[in-house]
Amino acid sequence: MPENDATGFVKPSMKKISDICWEINPSFKEGMRVPARIYATKKLVDEMDAGVFEQITNVACLPGIQKHAICMPDGHWGYGFPIGGVAAFDTKTGVISPGGIGFDINCGMRVLRTNLTIDDVRPKLKELVDALFNTVPAGVGARGAIKLTRAQLREIMVSGSRWSVENGYGWSEDVDHTEDYGMIKGADPAKISSKAESRGIEQLGTLGSGNHYLEVQYVENIFDKETAKKWGIEQPGQICVMIHCGSRGFGHQVATDYLNTFVGAMEKYGITVRDRELACAPFGSDEGQNYFRAMACAANAAFANRQAISAMTRKCFEKTFKRTAEDMDMALIYDVAHNIAKVEQHEVDGKFMDIVMHRKGATRCFGPHRPELPQVYQSTGQPVIIGGSMETGSFVLVGTEKAMTETFGSTMHGSGRTMSRTKARHEVRGSELQQQMLKRGIYVRSVSMSGLAEEAGVAYKNINEVVETMDIAGISRKVCSLKPLGNIKG
Amino acid sequence: MAKPDFGEKFRFLEDIATADVAFEAYGSTESELFENAALAVEETMVDTPSVKHVAKKKIVLEAAEIDKLLFDFLSELVYFKDAEALVFSSFKVAIKKDKKCALTAEVSGEHFDARRHDLRNDIKAITWHMFKVERTPKGWMCRVIVDV
Repeated sequence: MPENDATGFVKPSMKKISDICWEINPSFKEGMRVPARIYATKKLVDEMDAGVFEQITNVACLPGIQKHAICMPDGHWGYGFPIGGVAAFDTKTGVISPGGIGFDINCGMRVLRTNLTIDDVRPKLKELVDALFNTVPAGVGARGAIKLTRAQLREIMVSGSRWSVENGYGWSEDVDHTEDYGMIKGADPAKISSKAESRGIEQLGTLGSGNHYLEVQYVENIFDKETAKKWGIEQPGQICVMIHCGSRGFGHQVATDYLNTFVGAMEKYGITVRDRELACAPFGSDEGQNYFRAMACAANAAFANRQAISAMTRKCFEKTFKRTAEDMDMALIYDVAHNIAKVEQHEVDGKFMDIVMHRKGATRCFGPHRPELPQVYQSTGQPVIIGGSMETGSFVLVGTEKAMTETFGSTMHGSGRTMSRTKARHEVRGSELQQQMLKRGIYVRSVSMSGLAEEAGVAYKNINEVVETMDIAGISRKVCSLKPLGNIKG
Repeated sequence: MAKPDFGEKFRFLEDIATADVAFEAYGSTESELFENAALAVEETMVDTPSVKHVAKKKIVLEAAEIDKLLFDFLSELVYFKDAEALVFSSFKVAIKKDKKCALTAEVSGEHFDARRHDLRNDIKAITWHMFKVERTPKGWMCRVIVDV
């Protein structure tokens, strides 16, 4: 197998578990406590950078890890953990690691449905996208959508989406259609630095930049009509809105603060790691618990953020189409986190145990009958939202029982990059891309033309293949695909 | 990868950090290295020649090691972007090394404004991933990957 030029890491030999699952034995590296498993087609696994294998096997060395360190088909290099990394740690003997969550705590996706069709929206697309672009601040340091006091920010840290709804940003049923009801328990604002508050106070209701976006989409194909119908997805051509963003500067500072704390604390607990970004502490230690409580604050701020943006989105639709959001049936289908750690119960060796689940660039995909899911998704399993590049399209999937036994109820989160941002900027011109997309009927507004170039479809893996992998694996099944019509980004 | 040219202030790297931004910065002294790394951080976010020197901030930091000092200094710039909507284009850094490493920096810039500035990537954090500060026969260099 090829060596990765930039890093010098060599791809390990892997045992084929199935056509879409590969295993790296603990003998690969000293200190591995469990095997590492990679879910990917042969093509995707061959194309993965060697750093992914280095990082996922580092994760397999961490104390308290259960069964396997898992990497999803959209896996690529991250900090400490790879993006697409999933790891389950025993709450009693295991660790929590900010590097297993990411700097953008509770970066996530949500999708709203409408009863509008492509024919309703196409003639007013420019007006609608311009309204969204002018309403939802995006880009470097985007701020100013909603004025908060410090006391209000602390309320948001504890109550998440509910705060937004109670303050006029959304519908009460939105909260039910959000992972963990838009509120991770255990949040404690006393664990938050003043710096983190200062970075977050102006940013509620803002998108940020990078790969974050708000997209007007239409349903392209429906693969599972019965499930789609239960979720209000009736026909191809139906309009949906997808929102991708996270906890903004607030969460980024929480991660930075605690990464520093953990680097200092590891010696105390006799933990050594191969990479400073893998810094961790026992989940039950003061440091571990403080981080978990701070992380919950950031996660809740992210839920509140996406909730506020949803309300702003409904307003823009109302203004453009001169109908109420209720009349356009603009219900939230679901909101999922893809950078997060949570305490969940999972079966390991025939016994249920408390696990601190890390999902970094990976999405929860619980199957039917899990108590965490609201009534409406009890029979189907939860909706899973997978965002592709802004050119190629996205998917809504459904979680399965098999996911519960194989991947701790986890699946991928997106298509995954293959080309660096710097390279994409050299190869693609933002203004040309915008024109080309317009010719294909996709109207994009971006604060930054270079940022737009970096998000070109050519810089990403083929999302169809990534989604197909987990569909074949039976971990997350396809419900429908969505295609972009309009997009705003930072 | 081409060998670093110490005539440059910094250089963005194409081949590492697929999802993020990586750069090397150079300097004949540690102070110059810090100033050039700061410029690279700001250049990731904004076209720095368009940033006027209107607002000034003084940054005072201490760390046990020079690499931690650089990490903390660059993290301060990210902080000011969110907390005060400030981007900077001029840096004067003084470093004292005793038992600890200490830094005093005066940085100048202004509030960013999408109408006047070419805004680029919103940096989430400076990372330790492949982070290094090195003294070479030609001078100082660092490698930094920022999460965007």
